[in-house]
Amino acid sequence: MAIDVPENVVVSRLDELASWCRKNSLWPMPFATACCGIELMATGASKHDLARFGAEVMRFSPRQCDLMIVAGRVVMKMLPVLQRIWQQMHEPKWCISMGACASTGGVFDTYCVVQGIDRFIPVDMYVPGCPPRPEQLIQAIIDLQDKIQHEGTLDGAEFDTARRQQTKRALIELPIIGQSPQFTR
Amino acid sequence: MTDTVERLKERFGELEPSEFRGQTRIAVPRDLVFEVLSTLHADFGFDMLVDITCVDYLNFRDATDRFGMVYALAGTESGERLIVRTFLNEPDLHVPSVVPLWEGANWLEREVFDMFGIEFDGHPDLRRILMPEEFTAFPLRKDYPLQGRGERHNFPTITRGSA
Repeated sequence: MAIDVPENVVVSRLDELASWCRKNSLWPMPFATACCGIELMATGASKHDLARFGAEVMRFSPRQCDLMIVAGRVVMKMLPVLQRIWQQMHEPKWCISMGACASTGGVFDTYCVVQGIDRFIPVDMYVPGCPPRPEQLIQAIIDLQDKIQHEGTLDGAEFDTARRQQTKRALIELPIIGQSPQFTR
Repeated sequence: MTDTVERLKERFGELEPSEFRGQTRIAVPRDLVFEVLSTLHADFGFDMLVDITCVDYLNFRDATDRFGMVYALAGTESGERLIVRTFLNEPDLHVPSVVPLWEGANWLEREVFDMFGIEFDGHPDLRRILMPEEFTAFPLRKDYPLQGRGERHNFPTITRGSA
């Protein structure tokens, strides 16, 4: 049975529409505790311009955010604060662990520094680097957008952990121009 | 500088002065330390307390005492600097507070208490300043492991389901 669709009308699923809206208007919560925070600011500034990806609206109130960017080391006195802020953010929400310290503790293997925030709050993307370049953070946000579009649903079924373990785009080997068959002229 | 040390010696008897790279240090018995510091503050013009810190001499070669308190003083008019030291041993880790002499000693003594567990008698508000209040260890002591005793991992885990 063919349905006659008028011009300029696209048929989609509601899940995809919601994911499309969400991924293009990520509002980051900058949890910047160290030098990664400076790179985070550079990412938002004019040269790298995070606004190109719809994620430039940094909000310091967790009630207004849906993307937590943990930039810098987290000490054990700060961790309850981090968890509190994460719990205050509304669903759906995502978390980027930016830099070596937030992801693993980095060089700060001491009694007071938490060795990776993913032990205590869920993390969607890890950005390597000490500190990462703004391009790396932008790549993480693009990958997160892919992920939101790819697995986002209206009822939040994507937060089911088993389905989250899919290959990240950054981990797929990208074709090199001139070597890969699809780019040879 | 030697003049200050000589005058101190006249008043308090045998203090042990020493010199290292241009810094003058005197070692004072614990019972005399408040008296010496208040004399330095009142009569010798050491109106500025630069720092209070502590050294743990556990397993240090030739060390006879466990903790060494360090008071770094300066006189803003004379430009003199003097380091006053006193040594403490477990279990009696008490030393008089110098907050009545220098108000700035308040947080410095709290930090030494936080990191080494030295009790400052007469301190107006002796509680932890850097570590969380429920922390029980004294992390800068040499018998405390560098990576802690698991305190840094002793937090609840928030998962997707629970938040």
